[in-house]
Amino acid sequence: MTALLEVRAVSKRFGGLQAVREVSFDVRKGTVKALIGPNGAGKTTLFHLLSGVLAPDGGAVTFDGRPIHGLPAHRVAALGLSRTFQHIRLFAHMTALENVKVGCHVRSRAGFVAGMLHLPWTWGEEREIGERARAELEFLGIAELADAEATRLSYGQQRSVELARALAAGPRLLLLDEPAAGLNMRETVELAKLIGRIKERGVTVLIVEHDMGLVMNVSDEVAVLSYGEKIADATPRAVQRDPEVIRVYLGEDDA
Amino acid sequence: MLRSRQARIALFGAAIVLVQLGTRAGGKPFFLTQLTMSAYYTLVAVGLSVLMGYAGQLSLGHAAFFAIGGYASGWLTTNDLSPLRASALVAALDRAHLLVARPDLYGGETLTVHPWAAFAVAVALAFAVAWAIGIPVLKLKGHYLAMATLGFGTIVYSIVLGTARFGAADGLSSVPPLPLPAGLSVSGERADRVSNYYVAWGLVALAMLLLANLVESRVGRALRAIHGAEDAAGSMGVDVARFKLKTFVLSAVLAAVGGSFLTHFNGGIGPGEAAVMKSVRYVAIVAVGGMGSLWGTVATSLALNFLSLRGYFGTLDDAVFGGVLLAVMLFSPDGILRVDVRGLVRALAARARDPRKPEEPA
Repeated sequence: MTALLEVRAVSKRFGGLQAVREVSFDVRKGTVKALIGPNGAGKTTLFHLLSGVLAPDGGAVTFDGRPIHGLPAHRVAALGLSRTFQHIRLFAHMTALENVKVGCHVRSRAGFVAGMLHLPWTWGEEREIGERARAELEFLGIAELADAEATRLSYGQQRSVELARALAAGPRLLLLDEPAAGLNMRETVELAKLIGRIKERGVTVLIVEHDMGLVMNVSDEVAVLSYGEKIADATPRAVQRDPEVIRVYLGEDDA
Repeated sequence: MLRSRQARIALFGAAIVLVQLGTRAGGKPFFLTQLTMSAYYTLVAVGLSVLMGYAGQLSLGHAAFFAIGGYASGWLTTNDLSPLRASALVAALDRAHLLVARPDLYGGETLTVHPWAAFAVAVALAFAVAWAIGIPVLKLKGHYLAMATLGFGTIVYSIVLGTARFGAADGLSSVPPLPLPAGLSVSGERADRVSNYYVAWGLVALAMLLLANLVESRVGRALRAIHGAEDAAGSMGVDVARFKLKTFVLSAVLAAVGGSFLTHFNGGIGPGEAAVMKSVRYVAIVAVGGMGSLWGTVATSLALNFLSLRGYFGTLDDAVFGGVLLAVMLFSPDGILRVDVRGLVRALAARARDPRKPEEPA
């Protein structure tokens, strides 16, 4: 299978801290890949580098054959790379449905003039956006929350809205930044099933996660970061047996 | 949604007519003058409402755009070009029918730019200045943005106050009417008072139609998303910098249109229109009306501007706006007029759908 995302020797430094050091890995089309590592290993920084929130100091990121490193976030999103955030970033004062509608932004094109004049061709587009947003809420099983103010929902529901929003963009690659953080066991089991259903839709998934049960359950491949460097990249089973991973990640006594 | 938008515009139109009939029935036709002026200030307020309330970007410099519109129109339509008749540019403009000749007080003839050509220049100038200022300034956030726009406003104020060509502290006067079809014109002629009132508020209605459409569109959603979580909006594909800039330019153009029309209506403009306190007034009006509430902004702008122009606030005029801003920020940062109309309607509709349901005790 071909690589949808190729990361090559990507580095990022914040002042004296080398947050990410020459990290390389592939995400193959149609797979779920996990990025794990202890706190401060550089996982979230790497996510920001991939999604255009930050620009790398060096290295290259190629998405479907196209270099995307250094592109602003909205350009990366337009190419079909969608993400969620470690700390939920929903739009305040907007309903769950409106939040998900914003996810359709990259798939629609009505601008200022068309919007102000309410041009007929935008009506169909708006209808499609509405249908698509509702379909995504339904996919996440939260259709009944459509008209609720998004930031007033429970934590788990907010995570679902954020996921629906990311999926509404119709991404080819979905980046999930710690999707299980703050979820209880039952919700985490549901999340694992959901990631499976997202994969079935043909969406490639790259996930940063602390919950090892979830990671080993859903991933086809696991890359391990420690202090900004990649120390392992293999199947979940092989990574679990890797002595280096056990040492830095799980702690020597746990082995 | 669309139906309610059209209904609101229709309601607004009815209110405009009612107010006019009210001034006639009440024997206060002279109120129309201040009501007309309020309309032009309202154009600034509604544009700022989209910028502040939807996109979440504060500007303390919008009086400057109003002044740019007013001064461009006022200066171009009063600056006599007849001594330059021989120059190629003036001759070319004349051939293109962009100039008009008028008799002056002393029996001579003045040659000035046609009011509509001046209007086009005024709008284009505001557009260009807003674009040029907006690119660097909108990279700033929160109070840094407020301070930068404040600086811009101060510069424009200093320029119009200190430039002899613009009449310095006296401003510009003898600005001719802006001709309209059917023999109408934007002018302070008493005979045209009623038509001017309708022209001004018709312009506000048109702006409201466009802006109400905009805020309910894909762009409006994106602007609210920028307001809600800028980084997430970017990650959803919203070109944050560009959308902010376009909103800034749109609001600046609306302000310039207001400035240009009011200058024709008043027959002049003074540097006070560019003063920082004017910018603060617009911000106060948007804040009272409710962040993200266009109709609340219109109502507040009408009320506060009319009372101010009629002199009800006396020497405390600026203090009233300052106090209002302070009170809103302390007690109701989302605005005073932002009532949950939708929730109310939904509750009533639910009750109507299910009449068997007994009245619940309060």
